[in-house]
Amino acid sequence: MSSEWPLWEVFVRSRRGLSHVHSGSLHAPDAELALRNARDLYTRRQEGVSIWVVRADDITASSPDEKDPFFETASDKPYRHPTFYELPDELAHM
Amino acid sequence: MDETALQRDFDATIDADDRIEPRDWMPDAYRQTLIRQIAQHAHSEIIGMQPEGNWITRAPSLKRKAILMAKVQDEAGHGLYLYSAAETLGVSRDELLDKLHTGRQRYSSIFNYPTITWADMGAIGWLVDGAAIMNQVPLCRCSYGPYARAMIRICKEESFHQRQGFELLLTLSNGTAEQKAMAQDAVNRWWWPSLMMFGPPDSESTHSEQSMRWGIKRFSNDELRQRFVDASVPQAEILGLTLPDPQLRFNSETGHYEYGDIDWSEFKRILAGDGPCNAQRMAHRVKAHTDGAWVREAAAAYADKRAAREEGAA
Repeated sequence: MSSEWPLWEVFVRSRRGLSHVHSGSLHAPDAELALRNARDLYTRRQEGVSIWVVRADDITASSPDEKDPFFETASDKPYRHPTFYELPDELAHM
Repeated sequence: MDETALQRDFDATIDADDRIEPRDWMPDAYRQTLIRQIAQHAHSEIIGMQPEGNWITRAPSLKRKAILMAKVQDEAGHGLYLYSAAETLGVSRDELLDKLHTGRQRYSSIFNYPTITWADMGAIGWLVDGAAIMNQVPLCRCSYGPYARAMIRICKEESFHQRQGFELLLTLSNGTAEQKAMAQDAVNRWWWPSLMMFGPPDSESTHSEQSMRWGIKRFSNDELRQRFVDASVPQAEILGLTLPDPQLRFNSETGHYEYGDIDWSEFKRILAGDGPCNAQRMAHRVKAHTDGAWVREAAAAYADKRAAREEGAA
């Protein structure tokens, strides 16, 4: 039995002005066919104006565990949010 | 972390109605249940192309042919979304296909019935896809993220499948007496198998309770079946067709339609492999896969050759 085609992750830009968003994945022998397969699989109803395909193996992810101390550092910094600051009511728009 | 702590985290995620994602720890039984269910679902989409593919060359107009082709393409797409979702659980595409081809994983028994007239394209869309939608909408909130996301996409696309089937039947029903009889015959044949699509009665359903606990399943087989009956009866009236159940009646106390006994022996027989088309569906599937082997190999060889050439040039 031949070895399986590699897995590709598919990102679709739904229209101009928006960023590419992950749509799903598929198997294809190379990048060119991955793009064609992605068009047939993820944009049958005009869902996109642009597609990126990325080999799943080439993605570096933050950690095997999605609940991660990696993101802890942001949790004790509420002063990064505008709501942290108490301002007088008469200050209308800020 | 030890297993108890991991299990506690997993349970907390489920209890909070949050989603489990591929790289989270999960109990092995949860993983295996999902693989079994998603694979069976994917296989059903792929095998489901056959009964309808049967009529593409004989569609009565170019419009109907284009619609039917789009629908069969969607089934292929749905199969692929679902295979991808299953693969996030650590099973390979080849393994899934191999299990289908060797009968170690199942597909829905509904696809083992033959499509003998054009009206079957309507009855499948209205009833079979209608039942599928009833089953699938709650899966959009399934606790496993990739499965839920695939289902959202599928449900959006599935809606056209049911509507085109209903419209097809309505056209036949408003046509000649012969066309109307053809539509009625198709509904007569597909009604009971469609009710069986919701699975065995709650009292005999083996996986239900645990799947409910895990947030994979949201409603019981009998609850969904009842909803389907309640939705279908008024639709049949609009079609001007009858449903083949003399015991079907509205219960004004419960607000639901009561229906007759389902012949579960037929369901079990087909599930065991003894339906009208089991052998044909499987043989066709295996042949399509075998016949396509050279294309897959050629594409891989071409990709390898180009990669080697690019490496040489660099």
